[in-house]
Amino acid sequence: MPDIIVTLLNLGVVQILLIVFVFVMGLASMMTLLGDRKQSAKIQNRVGPNRARLPFINHPLLGIPHFLADGIKMVLKENIVPDGANKTLHLIAPGLVFLPALVAWAAVPFMDTYCAGEMLIDTATWTETCQGEEHRWFQIMNFNSGLLYGFAIASISVYGAAIAGWASNSNFSLLGGLRSSAQMVSYEVSLGLSLAGVLMIYGTLDMNEMVRQQGYLIGDWLPMWGIVVQPVAFFLFFLAGMAETKRAPFDLPEGESEIVAGYITEYSSMKFAVMQLGEYVATVFIAALIAILFLGGWQVPWLFADGFHFGSTVIELPYWLVIILRIGAMCGKVVLLVWLQFMMRWTLPRFRYDQVMTLGWKILLPLSLANLVVTAFIMALF
Amino acid sequence: MAKHEVKQVERVEPGLWEKSYIPEIARGLKVTIGHFLNNLRPNKEKHTTFTREYPDVPTDYYPDRFRGLHRLMLRDDGQVRCVACMCCSTICPANCIHIEAAEHDDPAIEKYPAVFVIDELRCIVCGLCVEACPCDAIRMDSGVHAHPFTDRGEAFLNRDLLMEMGGLSMAKQGGER
Ligand code: SF4
Ligand code: SF4
Repeated sequence: MPDIIVTLLNLGVVQILLIVFVFVMGLASMMTLLGDRKQSAKIQNRVGPNRARLPFINHPLLGIPHFLADGIKMVLKENIVPDGANKTLHLIAPGLVFLPALVAWAAVPFMDTYCAGEMLIDTATWTETCQGEEHRWFQIMNFNSGLLYGFAIASISVYGAAIAGWASNSNFSLLGGLRSSAQMVSYEVSLGLSLAGVLMIYGTLDMNEMVRQQGYLIGDWLPMWGIVVQPVAFFLFFLAGMAETKRAPFDLPEGESEIVAGYITEYSSMKFAVMQLGEYVATVFIAALIAILFLGGWQVPWLFADGFHFGSTVIELPYWLVIILRIGAMCGKVVLLVWLQFMMRWTLPRFRYDQVMTLGWKILLPLSLANLVVTAFIMALF
Repeated sequence: MAKHEVKQVERVEPGLWEKSYIPEIARGLKVTIGHFLNNLRPNKEKHTTFTREYPDVPTDYYPDRFRGLHRLMLRDDGQVRCVACMCCSTICPANCIHIEAAEHDDPAIEKYPAVFVIDELRCIVCGLCVEACPCDAIRMDSGVHAHPFTDRGEAFLNRDLLMEMGGLSMAKQGGER
């Protein structure tokens, strides 16, 4: 590999560009089109956007020209700041929603450390050890409290929503901001508590380390993914995560039928787009968290650094292919989870606000506490 | 006091199975995912989409009383049937029929429309003009959809154009037949 690329990789510039701008932004903006519009159309027996055309190409191209047209439209629209709004806060609120959602990606590993030396596989404990230099090339930042960091940063985005609601000088926005803060605060509790059981099992906050541990094969055949050892926590986390990202059926903060568009009512032009995009990025982030914590992150079942291990038979694969497979697995899992969240959105009707609160405080919270206690018991017994 | 008939509706109380939501959510997801996958199939025939791709694909079904573009009916000798009585332009709620009457050479016919223009973009396709016409001169049964116009001027359909779509009427001017 040319030296310059290696240097950039070690600096983390390439990762930032690839992960944040290509994968996350690409996926999030594609979701606004394909996820929100095409997928819903398919579910509802419609065709979806197909009229916009690129110049000289007389083909709908899956509706992608619509997405470009939307972008141009957003940029060209007039930026309206309502009378009596707090101009500064109104301006920084979209950034406060958008930035944390992007910054949180720093801790997400897309692959294990790149091993320059030889990888040793211990089939007794199903662990890989690297003999030689390790490079953190597939994770922007490496630190041993990645999960805490991710959570801390992701919860900042509620400030964006609350400030946007307050600064807009509109009652709809204010209600939306209030609802959004209340909802985020209540679900953050179960979100964190549902993870406590998982943390007890893995015993680490380092996301990459967590994924490594999920490579262990129980009884030499069942991958020890989070969903296998903590099924209840997976369910709780998925639900709370959906509420956290304000997706339907929990999209109360922007319930169209009640409060127009909640805290984004008074936003227009690119500010509106940034707000929306921030929400989609948050959705992708939650999907990535679920993938890492419960679905084995970059692990492909039975795949280790030297190939597939089925019992004692080994199908040898070159290391570079393993890397590609693992990155593909991580991206694929995220896409699948995002798809599932959208499916939920188009399947379930919206909750009433008191029902959301009941669900959060009276059902999810006790359940996650019970899960924690049971896990602790089992851990203590074995 | 009047006797009221009371109909008892049986309420179905959800059992614990339904109340726990999860199985029901899974059932709902099965339906939506089923639709989603079905409509992704490469074989378009099997799709359950209801969307009609008009105007790329012509519509296969119109109801009997479908109102399309207007047409002006003709007399037996091919002249315009309209007598420029202004009934249609008077009743038109969209104010989109413009008629300029002129004297006819034939003493048996009092007037004829020298100019007869309908602005199809303003027309709300209510069909009142057809109802108002005393001599079956204007109809909307051409079966032609108002197509998209790229220029406003194109939407002004004039007399000759409307007559081209017309034909002989079953009714006879002055009654009988
Ligand atoms: S259909 Fe209605 S709107 Fe159209 S020309 Fe006739 S009267 Fe006017
Ligand atoms: S079309 Fe019929 S109603 Fe209209 S001016 Fe002619 S004769 Fe009168």
